[in-house]
Amino acid sequence: MQIEVVIAGFGGQGVLFAGQVLAYAAMDNNMEVTWIPSYGPEMRGGTANCTVILGDEAIGSPLVRNPKAAIVLNLPSLEKYESLVVPGGALVANASLINRSPQRTDINSVFIPANEIAESLGDRRLTNMVALGALLTLLPVLPLQAIEQALRDHLPERHRRLLPVNYEALKQGAIFAERESIEISG
Amino acid sequence: MPRELLKGNEAIAEAGVRAGVQAYFGYPITPQTELLEYMSWRMPQLGRTFLQAESEVAAINMVYGAACTGARVMSSSSSPGVSLMMEGISYIAGTEVPVVLIDVMRGGPGLGNIAPSQGDYNQIVHGGGHGDYHPIVLAPASVQEAIDLTVLAFDLADKYRTVVVVLADGNIGQMMEPAELPPMQDIRTEYPDWAVRGAQGRERRLLSSIYIDPNVEEVLNYRIMQRWNEIQKNEIRYKEYYLEDAEYAVIGFGTAGRVALSAVRAARAEGIRVGLFRPISLSPYPYARIEALANQVKVMLVTEMNAGQMLEDVQKATNGRIPIEFYGRMGGVMPFPDEILAEIQRIAHSLVPFDENPRQSWMKRHAELLGTLQGKQ
Amino acid sequence: MLATNPTQVVFKRPKTLAQVPTHYCPGCTHGVAHRLIAEVLDEMGLREKAIGVAPVGCSVFAYNYFDCDFVEAAHGRAPAMATGIKRVLPDRTVFTYQGDGDLASIGMAEILHAAARGENFTVVFINNAIYGMTGGQMAPTTLPGQKTTSSPSGRDVEQMGFPIRMAEILSTLDGAGYIVRRSLHDPKNIRLAKKALRLAFEAQQRGLGFSMVEMLSTCPTNWGIPPIESLRWVEEHMVPVYPLEDFKVSPSLAGLRL
Repeated sequence: MQIEVVIAGFGGQGVLFAGQVLAYAAMDNNMEVTWIPSYGPEMRGGTANCTVILGDEAIGSPLVRNPKAAIVLNLPSLEKYESLVVPGGALVANASLINRSPQRTDINSVFIPANEIAESLGDRRLTNMVALGALLTLLPVLPLQAIEQALRDHLPERHRRLLPVNYEALKQGAIFAERESIEISG
Repeated sequence: MPRELLKGNEAIAEAGVRAGVQAYFGYPITPQTELLEYMSWRMPQLGRTFLQAESEVAAINMVYGAACTGARVMSSSSSPGVSLMMEGISYIAGTEVPVVLIDVMRGGPGLGNIAPSQGDYNQIVHGGGHGDYHPIVLAPASVQEAIDLTVLAFDLADKYRTVVVVLADGNIGQMMEPAELPPMQDIRTEYPDWAVRGAQGRERRLLSSIYIDPNVEEVLNYRIMQRWNEIQKNEIRYKEYYLEDAEYAVIGFGTAGRVALSAVRAARAEGIRVGLFRPISLSPYPYARIEALANQVKVMLVTEMNAGQMLEDVQKATNGRIPIEFYGRMGGVMPFPDEILAEIQRIAHSLVPFDENPRQSWMKRHAELLGTLQGKQ
Repeated sequence: MLATNPTQVVFKRPKTLAQVPTHYCPGCTHGVAHRLIAEVLDEMGLREKAIGVAPVGCSVFAYNYFDCDFVEAAHGRAPAMATGIKRVLPDRTVFTYQGDGDLASIGMAEILHAAARGENFTVVFINNAIYGMTGGQMAPTTLPGQKTTSSPSGRDVEQMGFPIRMAEILSTLDGAGYIVRRSLHDPKNIRLAKKALRLAFEAQQRGLGFSMVEMLSTCPTNWGIPPIESLRWVEEHMVPVYPLEDFKVSPSLAGLRL
């Protein structure tokens, strides 16, 4: 078993952190996992993405051409990754910054207003957790509790007070995906 | 020790710390900078030496000086910086002092880019500095292996009084994986009998790479080669996957090796009897094992993130006994597993004899791929 | 009378100076500089703590002439190597011995940054305005108009640039604790050079940062003039370009009685 997840967006949207939280949760649940960022000369505001691969045996390539799932937090990332997700895979797109519908009908997708949901929880920086919650509904590779535990165990001390609101963001994302996801047609 | 999620560059740094490194000298260069940054707080925290040098040239010469005191020392850099260090590496080899160097390779030649590459193979394994010397070169394919090989590097450097290079790439440096760190070793308190630490109560000592009399220099060269013979005998390392019943073998090191592992698994799922041979010591190179494999498999596929630098070592090992095929990506491009899978499929299902020159035939195939890619731009 | 007036030793080889003949040309002042270093290390009782770093150039074999621990650096890299040693062994006395090509040309980055960092070692800089070991080519400190084998018509500053005054440059750096220029062209100046060396090592002992004594020296062989004339040439031609001054003396050294 191997699951590949690409998380992509603008720098500052927390895509690298979302991937790390997923990787921590996988490690803590005794899975094999790799996390690899795209790294570039731009420090702020550029595009950022990371690939997380989870599996039950030592991971080979840390990158794949066609991931099982993608979280795309902006339009350029949707344009890049929607076509790459394997048939039967999963796509979470941030509808707050994307004004179009999905083109693929052979993957499970959810277009979620992640910015608005995050803002309703009081902090736009929760966008990534909203999206991650939605993904784990489409692709239940780990329970939400595993992500919550990973946040508890690995979030730096100074951010601990943000734990409850992060759990809520994950949950809101999951609830939205439960309700609004578009299943594979046909 | 529990498993932790560690970034390659930082894991290598902490591995060096736990191996008892007493001094680190380096210069910022992507994609290894996190290693330097980690050392910049970690070494002073432990009361050890960290210094950001004015250049890689200075860094390697600081390492050279510190190594002359018998201390455990290291530096790290990436390809263009390592090119600058070649002077110092040759001097270190000629002075027979132990040094550990981490090369987190990136795309080249020239300034190139910061993406992962294996373009330094020839420079590190077969060349680099002037004169007759062979560094030990270890190539990790995972964060755990990067940790283990860094610790091993210090032991081998001490044992053979040589330069040991951990040859990683931007991928290993930047990725995070669960890994276990080794226990903290004590800083050494006893120093070797060649160490230059002040001539207190003993004859003075000199450490130098000058042997102005060629006949004496020849004796040094002979001694270095004797040591190299011992290294070749004792320090061959590699890992094999699915090779027991294999008809085909893929050979790749470091990141290219682990990408190939995914392809080999996929090919196995299709019923192709293929395995992977992953050299870990690139110097000394596992020639004998590859030669033996040539008696077992029908074809070998060498895959690298360069234009076939290690390919020539595989050809040397197999000496024309079986066809060798090659697949490489260059300039900082990392292959996807499906590319290597396609090569395995092509080889397993090929009805035509293979070209005698694997690089030439690969270049012909690659021209089509590059044409397609350019068409897309 | 003799019995009540035993022989007194008034002159002897310093313990730190090895009992070997040097390879230096007749009339060259490297030997004088070596002796001064050895005397100072003896007087300060530092021989067993000293680690020297030899350069590439005429003094490449300097390590043969001192009875203390030594390493041999790559061309220009002595300050980097000394940095590595001193950082690991801060309680040892570390010094480099470098010529003008080594220090002011190929090793410019290393010397500047060692000084800027205030590396606590001592540099003995031998400036004889020429490349000696390779046979008399132009050095960064070659005087305007001076003929060398690579400036056969004399150094044309329009084409080949101007001489570099290292002591002046390094004295502008905050990391430097003691920077002076002396000359080895006559006994009086040699005595002053020795006193400067002593202060440089005292600066190191006191942790005052980077210390350097630049010493104007002769190269009769490559200048193509006899030794005595060479000494005069230093005085008449080099001193006007390279003034013998204290460019930077840490206040902590002021009032030190030797």
